Amino acid sequence: MHYAQTEVYAEDPKEQVLHLERKEDDSAGEESASAADRILRMETQNLSVYYQEVRGVDRVDMPVYADRVTALIGPSGCGKTTFLRSLNRMHDLTKGARVTGKALLDGKDIYAPGQDPILVRRKIGMVFQKPNPFPTMSIYDNVSSGLRLAGIRKRSILDEAVEYSLTHAALWNEVKDRLKSHAFSLSGGQQQRLCIARALAVEPEVILMDEPTSSLDPKGTASIEELITMLKEEVTIIMVTHNMHQAMRISDYTAFFYLGSLIEFGRTKQIFTHPREEKTEEYVGGQFG
Amino acid sequence: MNKGTRGYSRRRVSPIYRSWGDFIFSTILLMLGASIIFLAIAMAWVLWREGSPSIRRHGFFGFLMGSTWDPVGGVHGARPFITGTLITSFSSLLIAFIPAVSAAVISAEYAPSWLARIIDTLIDLLAAIPSVVIGIWGIFVFAPFMRDRIYLPLSFWAADHAPRLLPALGNPVSYNLTTAVIVLSFMIIPYITALTRDAIHLVPKDQREAAWALGATRWEVIRLAVLPYARGGIAAGAVLSLARAVGETMAVAMLIGNANNLPFRLFQPATTMPAVIVNEFREAVEQMHYASLMAVGLYLFIIAFIVNLAAASIQKRLSVGGRML
Ligand SMILES: Nc1ncnc2c1ncn2[C@@H]1O[C@H](COP(=O)(O)OP(=O)(O)OP(=O)(O)O)[C@@H](O)[C@H]1O
Ligand SMILES: [Mg+2]
Repeated sequence: MHYAQTEVYAEDPKEQVLHLERKEDDSAGEESASAADRILRMETQNLSVYYQEVRGVDRVDMPVYADRVTALIGPSGCGKTTFLRSLNRMHDLTKGARVTGKALLDGKDIYAPGQDPILVRRKIGMVFQKPNPFPTMSIYDNVSSGLRLAGIRKRSILDEAVEYSLTHAALWNEVKDRLKSHAFSLSGGQQQRLCIARALAVEPEVILMDEPTSSLDPKGTASIEELITMLKEEVTIIMVTHNMHQAMRISDYTAFFYLGSLIEFGRTKQIFTHPREEKTEEYVGGQFG
Repeated sequence: MNKGTRGYSRRRVSPIYRSWGDFIFSTILLMLGASIIFLAIAMAWVLWREGSPSIRRHGFFGFLMGSTWDPVGGVHGARPFITGTLITSFSSLLIAFIPAVSAAVISAEYAPSWLARIIDTLIDLLAAIPSVVIGIWGIFVFAPFMRDRIYLPLSFWAADHAPRLLPALGNPVSYNLTTAVIVLSFMIIPYITALTRDAIHLVPKDQREAAWALGATRWEVIRLAVLPYARGGIAAGAVLSLARAVGETMAVAMLIGNANNLPFRLFQPATTMPAVIVNEFREAVEQMHYASLMAVGLYLFIIAFIVNLAAASIQKRLSVGGRML
């Protein structure tokens, strides 16, 4: 595909930050944007997902740029969730689901033999549609659960990670005095931010979010949106959304899916103002879906 | 919508149906429900009425604490039976709990579906065996085996090497406290397993996925997401199984040896409340003996009632959304 030659994978995450700080290309939104500072975090190549013999996602090639928000849009049932879950091997757990093709993270295929799905999921975290904190655990234990799974027991490290993650999930000020209380004592929006903090704690490179605001009220939604725009400074985000305005507000890139295929991928501005494909135009113009 | 159904759905409902339907339905339900409660209360009242002569003579707590049971002499104390019931039921729960929960976890989480089906069927079958059949098996197979392979060798060993243990072991015979406890634990395993399995199946998918997405392994998903979420159901299952162990009569009466001399020793006969009732009711011609057996029944009723209440409250407190959260 056209973008393929211009991308680079950064070897060292620090270096990427430097690259990104230098770049300022949100203006034109066309492919002409300076090539060297677009850094790929992930990329799918010919990725298909089958449920039994039915193809839910059909040969998708898509880049995911580092420290940017990519929105996946499309009508219900078009395979957004299916595609998203193929990016951290969640389909390994679904009976009858099968993935073919490649999904590269920093240039390495996460489906390659020898790749441990457990480690893949630590690098590529996930936030779900409905907030799902562990209900029997405290706020503190929820946030630190991923680190404790990774074998970290030292109190000082956990304390620091919990504060860091909650701060970055914009929840610290609200809960710092009651870290020991139960996760269910939080509001829906707070619970979702808690889940984001839980995902952040293991310092993933990518976070996948499947309609993270669809079960929240407008206030909760606004807080998550604000959080996502802040978070992209340090983590790459791929987000499914049904809300066009949300995609426009917070994403840098947008991918439009239809019937399991990726119809169009581009800068969000371009997708919503000058879509190249007719289908995209109809969809973002509200003609179907 | 086509006109045909609309015609029906717009039809006038008869006023009697409309105003009385709800009332009649709820009244019938209420009466059926109330009759069950009434039955339980009536049963407790009969037990009290029939048992009260003995309770009056010995006192509520005197009857409870007295350790002499002498129908001929007219002295009745239920302590041996209550002790036996508590020891057998709690020990069997202790023995059964971990294997039973493990079986449920294996069937619900690890086993491929064909194996899970086999495990589930076996467990259900175990639950369906009549307790008198288990008693027969215990008498002819299990008890002799235990005496020859465990009780006798252990007693000989203890006599040589650890004479201090001998008082706890007692004179080894086939039908004794240990035999009854082990068989009782076999009998409650299917209950704990089935209730645990149900509790595990109720854990929402998104809880498991939350753990998977953090990079949990299979066992870690169970530890982090499944068991904590299911703990209310598991604990309630354990307590309900305890209630079953408290009330289990036939197999225990057949295997425990039925001797009411305290203190009980591991390899010597003991007894329980249901066992004494089933063993003695035929001979209870004396008024006081009869009343005392009824009183034992009343105490058993109370214990079972308390255990069931405890199960309900534990489930409420431990389950997700409950007070402990
Ligand atoms: N576990 C499954 N087994 C079989 N088919 C599935 C499964 N999950 C999804 N599908 C099918 O795959 C297709 C894509 O579903 P998917 O959930 O990815 O859509 P979506 O774009 O996320 O839709 P929505 O916007 O409603 O969430 C649908 O046709 C769906 O029926
Ligand atoms: Mg979806």
